[in-house]
Amino acid sequence: MSGLALVAHQFRYDQKTFWRNPAAVFFTVAFPVILLLIFATVFGDQTVDVNGGVETTTYYVPAIITLSVISATMQSLAMSLVIAREDGRLKRSRGTPMPPRVFIAGRIGNSIVVALLMLALIAAIGRVLYGVALPWERLPAILVTLVAGAAAFCCLGIALTAAIPSQDAAAPIVNALLLPLYFLSGVFIPDDQLPSGVIHFADVFPVRHFFEAFFNAYVPAGAGGSGLEWGNLALLAAWGVAGLFLAVRFFRWTPRAG
Amino acid sequence: MPDPVISIRGLRKSYGDIEAVRGIDLDVQPGEIFAFLGPNGAGKTTTVEILEGYRKRGGGEVTVLGEDPEKAGRAWRERIGIVLQSGRLDPYLTVRESLDLYAGYYSEPRPVDEVIELVGLEGKAEARASVLSGGQQRRLDVGMALIGDPELLFLDEPTTGFDPSARRHAWDTIAGLRDLGKTVFLTTHYMDEAQRLADRVTIIARGEVVVQGTLENLGDRESRPATVSFRLPDGVAASELPGQVAAVDGGATVSLSTTTPVATLNELTGWAIERGLDLEGLEVTRPTLEDIYLSLTAEASE
Repeated sequence: MSGLALVAHQFRYDQKTFWRNPAAVFFTVAFPVILLLIFATVFGDQTVDVNGGVETTTYYVPAIITLSVISATMQSLAMSLVIAREDGRLKRSRGTPMPPRVFIAGRIGNSIVVALLMLALIAAIGRVLYGVALPWERLPAILVTLVAGAAAFCCLGIALTAAIPSQDAAAPIVNALLLPLYFLSGVFIPDDQLPSGVIHFADVFPVRHFFEAFFNAYVPAGAGGSGLEWGNLALLAAWGVAGLFLAVRFFRWTPRAG
Repeated sequence: MPDPVISIRGLRKSYGDIEAVRGIDLDVQPGEIFAFLGPNGAGKTTTVEILEGYRKRGGGEVTVLGEDPEKAGRAWRERIGIVLQSGRLDPYLTVRESLDLYAGYYSEPRPVDEVIELVGLEGKAEARASVLSGGQQRRLDVGMALIGDPELLFLDEPTTGFDPSARRHAWDTIAGLRDLGKTVFLTTHYMDEAQRLADRVTIIARGEVVVQGTLENLGDRESRPATVSFRLPDGVAASELPGQVAAVDGGATVSLSTTTPVATLNELTGWAIERGLDLEGLEVTRPTLEDIYLSLTAEASE
C-alpha cells in the first residue's frame, strides 16, 4: 500500500476499535453530553458577563466543545497509547514494515475526526435544546481553531505517555492534569466567577488559550471579524510544538512495566 | 551449503554492570526449526531482541537475512515475522480484522482466509480476540506474524502458561511451518518443546552457549551413564548384591549408574538367576534431554 492508503487503512481500524471500546465512547462522547445537560440544567437561566453578556447555555456550548476536543485528542490518545504500549501492541507493530509515522498519523486522524463529530453533536444539542445559534458564518474560524487545538492536544497527549508508567496510572495522571485546568480556565466555571489571578495562572497553560480562541470564534464579542484569535492560537501552537518535540524525543514503543 | 539465515559471532550485551550476553556464536540454516533454550534470565530475550532489531548489541557481529538488524529497514521487515513473548492482541478486533489490519502492512501478504486455516481458527474468524482462549490468541498471534509471508519467524516462548492440550495444538501449528519452508527461531525454556519441534538446539545459561547440536547428540547423550534400577528382593541386603553393583545405596529401590549397562545387567541377572530371585521393576534408562538440560544449565550457574 502507498503511504496515504496505509494511513487510511490504519485510520479505518482505529475507528473500529474506538467505537467498540465502551470506556472510550463513554468518556469521549457521552460524558461531555452529560456535562452539558447538567451545567445547562443547574445554571440555565443565568447570564455570564463575557463578550457583552451571554446566556449560560450559550457559554457552556463552546466550553463543552472545548472539553470534548481535548478529551478526544489528548486524553483519549494518552490513555489508548499507554494501554497499547503496555500490552506490547506498539512493540509488535514496530516489528512490521509499517512506518511508525503511519501509525501515529492514523491515531491523530482518528482523534481529529472524533473531535469534529463532537463539535457537530454538541452544537446540535445546544441548538435544539437551548436555542444556541449555530455560527455558520464563522465556520471557517471555528474549524481552523478546532483543528489547531486538536493537533496541539494530540501532540501533548502523545508526549504525556512518556510520563505515564503503567496502564493503571493513565487515567489518574490525565485527569489530575486536565480536571483542575478545566475549572481554572473557565470551562466548568464561567469566566466572570473566576478571580483574575486564577485566569492569569490558567493563561500559562494551553487549555485556557484553546478555550478562549474557540469561545471567541463561536460567540464573538461584536459583529464582524473573522473570529480568529491569533494570540491564543500562537500560544496554543507553541504548546503543540513543545509537545511534538517531547513526543519525538521521549515516546517509547516498548512496555515500561514488566 | 547455503548462507545461514542468522549468523552471530561474539555477541555481547551489558546492562550497566550486568553482562546479559557474554560472547554468543551461532548459525541458523534455512528451513530449520532452531530452538534457543535456557532458563529465565539466561539472556535469551536479549539475544532475540537484538536479532529482531529491537535492541542494539554491545559488541560482536550479527547478520539476519544478510543484513545487520540495527540498520535494516522496511524491506527487511517484510521478510521476518515476530511473535512476542507477552504480546496481547487488540481485544476489539475479530480474528479476520486483526489479520486484515496486519496484511495491510506488507506488500505481498498471504490471503487472510489461508492464514486463518493455517493456524486452525476457521470456526473463530468472526470472534473478537477478547473471547478467544489463551491458546487461540497465541495462534492468532502466530497468524499475524505469518500474514506477510515471512522467510524467518521468531517465536518467543510461544506456549508459556498453556494447558497441555493448548500446547499440543500450538506445537502442531509450529511444526506445520516447516512444511511451508519457513525458518523458525524458537525461544523456549521447555526441553520437551524443543524435543518435539526443533531440528537443532542451542542451550544458553548466564549469557553463554553451554551446548549446541542436534537433539540426538546433545550433550553427548549416548555416552552419558545409564541408570539400572530394580526393587531389592525380600530378604536380600544391599551388601549381598554382586561386586560392581554392591556399592549402591540401599532402600526398596536400587538404582545405579553405569557406563557399561550390558556388562552390569549380565552380572546382575546372572546373580539373580543363581539364587532364584526375581528382580521386580528392572529398568535401564538413558538420561532424558530434560536431565541433560538441567545438568548443563545447573553446571553453568554454579
